[in-house]
Amino acid sequence: MIELLNGFLKELSHAIDNRKVLTKEEDRYCYSYDASFGQYLPDVVIQPTETEEVATLVKLANKYGVPIYPRGQGTSLSGGPLPVEGGAVIDCSQWNQKLEIYPEDMIAVVSPGVLTSSIDQKANQYGLMYAPDPSSSNVSTIGGNLAENSGGPRGLKYGVTKDYVIGLEVVTPEGDIIKTGGRTVKNVTGYDLTKLIVGSEGTLGIITEAILRLIPKPQATETLMATFHDIVDSGKAISTILQTGIVPAKMEMMDQASIRAVEDYQPLGLPTDVEAILLIELDGHQVAIKEEIEKVRVTCEEMGAKEVKVAKSKEEALELWKARKLVSPAIVKIKPTKISEDATVPRSQIPAMFERLKEIREKYHLHLVVFGHAGDGNLHPNIIADIRDHEEMERVEQAVEEIFHAAVELGGTLSGEHGIGTMKSPFMEMELGEVGLEMMKRIKESWDPNHIMNPGKIFPSPGQRLVLRND
Amino acid sequence: MTKVAKQNLKDKLAYDETFSCVQCGYCLPACPTYQTMGKESHSPRGRINLVKLAAEGKIPLSRLEEPIDLCLGCRACEPACPTNVQYGKILESAKVVLFEEKKEERKGVSARAEDFLFNHIFPYPSRLNKIGSSMFFYQLTGMKKALHATKLINVLPERLSKFDKITPKPAGPFQRRREHHLLPKNQPVLKVGFFPGCIMDTVFRDINNMSMKLLQAAGCEVEIVDQQTCCGALHSHRGDRQTAKELAKQNIEAFEREDFAYIVNSIGGCGAMLSEYHHLFEDDMEWYERAKAFASKTKDISYVLSQLELPFKKDVQLTVTYQPSCHMTNVQKLTDEPLALLKSIPGITFIPMEKPNKCCGSAGIYNLVHYDESMDILDEKMKDVNQVSVDGIVTTNPGCHLQMKLGVEREGKSDQIKVYHLVELLGEACGL
Ligand SMILES: Cc1cc2nc3c(=O)[nH]c(=O)nc-3n(C[C@H](O)[C@H](O)[C@H](O)COP(=O)(O)OP(=O)(O)OC[C@H]3O[C@@H](n4cnc5c(N)ncnc54)[C@H](O)[C@@H]3O)c2cc1C
Ligand code: SF4
Ligand code: SF4
Repeated sequence: MIELLNGFLKELSHAIDNRKVLTKEEDRYCYSYDASFGQYLPDVVIQPTETEEVATLVKLANKYGVPIYPRGQGTSLSGGPLPVEGGAVIDCSQWNQKLEIYPEDMIAVVSPGVLTSSIDQKANQYGLMYAPDPSSSNVSTIGGNLAENSGGPRGLKYGVTKDYVIGLEVVTPEGDIIKTGGRTVKNVTGYDLTKLIVGSEGTLGIITEAILRLIPKPQATETLMATFHDIVDSGKAISTILQTGIVPAKMEMMDQASIRAVEDYQPLGLPTDVEAILLIELDGHQVAIKEEIEKVRVTCEEMGAKEVKVAKSKEEALELWKARKLVSPAIVKIKPTKISEDATVPRSQIPAMFERLKEIREKYHLHLVVFGHAGDGNLHPNIIADIRDHEEMERVEQAVEEIFHAAVELGGTLSGEHGIGTMKSPFMEMELGEVGLEMMKRIKESWDPNHIMNPGKIFPSPGQRLVLRND
Repeated sequence: MTKVAKQNLKDKLAYDETFSCVQCGYCLPACPTYQTMGKESHSPRGRINLVKLAAEGKIPLSRLEEPIDLCLGCRACEPACPTNVQYGKILESAKVVLFEEKKEERKGVSARAEDFLFNHIFPYPSRLNKIGSSMFFYQLTGMKKALHATKLINVLPERLSKFDKITPKPAGPFQRRREHHLLPKNQPVLKVGFFPGCIMDTVFRDINNMSMKLLQAAGCEVEIVDQQTCCGALHSHRGDRQTAKELAKQNIEAFEREDFAYIVNSIGGCGAMLSEYHHLFEDDMEWYERAKAFASKTKDISYVLSQLELPFKKDVQLTVTYQPSCHMTNVQKLTDEPLALLKSIPGITFIPMEKPNKCCGSAGIYNLVHYDESMDILDEKMKDVNQVSVDGIVTTNPGCHLQMKLGVEREGKSDQIKVYHLVELLGEACGL
């Protein structure tokens, strides 16, 4: 093993600028984690900035049987970039040199390490936007977003990453360079490999360039906040609004536990006796959304809202959103470890999911708060615990398992946006069935015959269980 | 294993604080060293994780050294963090442990020279004053031989000559004389103590003098109390907590003798240290309270002046941008007041630059000790400066002031762009 690794490193040192190869212990430890759990020390970290370099190193990895793990900025919440079997982390975060906007074609061509938010910012200069907006967009790379098929609040109206990628350049697990899709929105030439790569969590190749679709930036926005005594009413309000034909750009909810946490942390004057707050943002033509926000207001009231506030200015809108922004800092004040889940259910099952989450919270005596993208059923149950408390962490693991079961039973999915990685692989079969999972495995085997591309992800090893601990 | 390592590192390092880090990475884009060095070991998330690993004994302390050494301490990672990680504390604890760890090795001539500077020069304003006109940086040159083998040897002659060019001309004996007690024309509206600092008071004496005159013009009684000393920031930043504590005590005692409404300074970096004095005494209740009282009175001059009325007399026809000091923004959390003051100057046109809150790379004596790294950071800063068309850059901290001057010089723009301390412009507008 050591000999193979040394062989790999030796040949690598001739092929790649040595400044891009990190082998010091302190450097390697800094790529041993992501934003989830678990720490695995890689043997080397490589920071390529050219497709050829990637092709070379992947070929060498095959030759010496060294596992490699693509990594963006390590914000994955599911363990995607963790070097679980040692080997080489391929850090793409420094590969951010290309960010080209073609306003006439309404596309962007980007290198994998470009930050998601900078694509949108640059597109804005042309009156365009890049719609997918994971909350982490200021830090996460487009490569990571593509690999995880990330989505955000705007997903409800605009869809997620996969809806905006039309072409990719990929280095295959055997080190060949391929291009998928192209610069046109319509493209039916052969299998849609682009979509196969998107969401593959770095197990089918390393994305080295992407062609993304841009859309016109909406002119105006309207924001509304509604409070509900009964969380079920808020669920009804969500479905009624959507049935009237209005598709809000964002529809976020906070439950009572998160409202209270925010008020304890930084009093904003939110009512702590209500069970839910809905935050709704419409975007589009100024005149049209003025009318629509009024309809939304009336609907909320009819569904039993206690109070509805429509922001009169940009500042007021920001003030309303502040509550939602403060949830994360507020809840970690309670305890430091945050386990952020993203199990997603069909919209109609949101109230049922809330019931189940309530039961789980009580059964395991945990701080469980729920907030997130209510409009698309992508709730974010977050459990707040202390990783140093082993007994508590065991309860957390059981609770998380039960959340997964609940979501799947209600016709939903394990993960709406964070991906499977190492964390959720034990539950894959539960959702996909034996054959479903087997078909995926066959794809993986045929793409990566030497098992070197991000091993240990998506597919469970026999007997694997959920573990939320670092040691 | 050395002494420190044997003791419980979990207690010595801010181990508990590291658990607030959820490794979300939100701090990465805010960190100047991550941007210029491109490695996680030079990012807040990486550094915090390494401190945690060192506390757990999973890596030796030596692995911490370079990442901690190359941190600017600008603390831009703190406001960026959604979970309020106390990075300052984590960093400081690592510095203290590394400093103690290295004490053993600090016996050679070089270490003695460095220690001499820190222990026998900085704490004594009068000695610095004597050196005064011959300037601090020349002192470093003179010591170069002695500083051999320490990191300060990185300060090569050609580099020092860069600083030479941009350092203000030494104050003559006449300018060095100063009144220690100023009374306003009318009944004082406030009585304030003034904190001139040590190194900066030799290099930027004029700015301190102007600050005092401005306070006076705004109606304050201003006093420089005896027995005050160096703020201890440089000691604290190199991990010498013991000396920092002693200096803090001396300052606290000196200022306790009078009843001041505020203790005013015009040096963002020192102000930050003074405003966190209580952090030094978390294990000593009595001193903690006294330090806290001192800290809460400590204010940057821009804060105090913004509460008062300044007698503007003439227009200052300049188009300027503003480079806030990190220590003022991220530690003292003072952002609106200096900007409002700047904009209030008659005749001034203010153009903001992109990412003003990004560190310029001066960071105490970082630019001397880590010259190359500092210049990379400065070059990033200058890219943003170059985007705006201005004839002045305004700062609130002498360290940033020098660094920005160096930046302008490096861009070959010394003829077009001048660097000012905010109080210089205020003084000019008031005809002082
Ligand atoms: C506070 C917080 C909030 C978040 N909010 C959201 C949210 O709202 N929506 C959402 O969807 N996610 C969210 N996430 C999760 C995370 O940010 C996303 O999954 C993001 O896409 C990861 O990007 P990254 O650059 O950090 O990639 P990494 O975490 O480094 O990697 C993620 C995966 O992508 C693979 N990968 C990375 N680069 C490449 C490449 N060039 N080629 C092939 N594979 C690659 C890795 O192997 C890994 O499997 C959040 C995370 C945090 C910490
Ligand atoms: S932003 Fe805060 S919590 Fe997130 S990685 Fe940085 S220090 Fe840790
Ligand atoms: S203090 Fe500054 S340089 Fe150090 S980690 Fe924080 S942001 Fe980076």
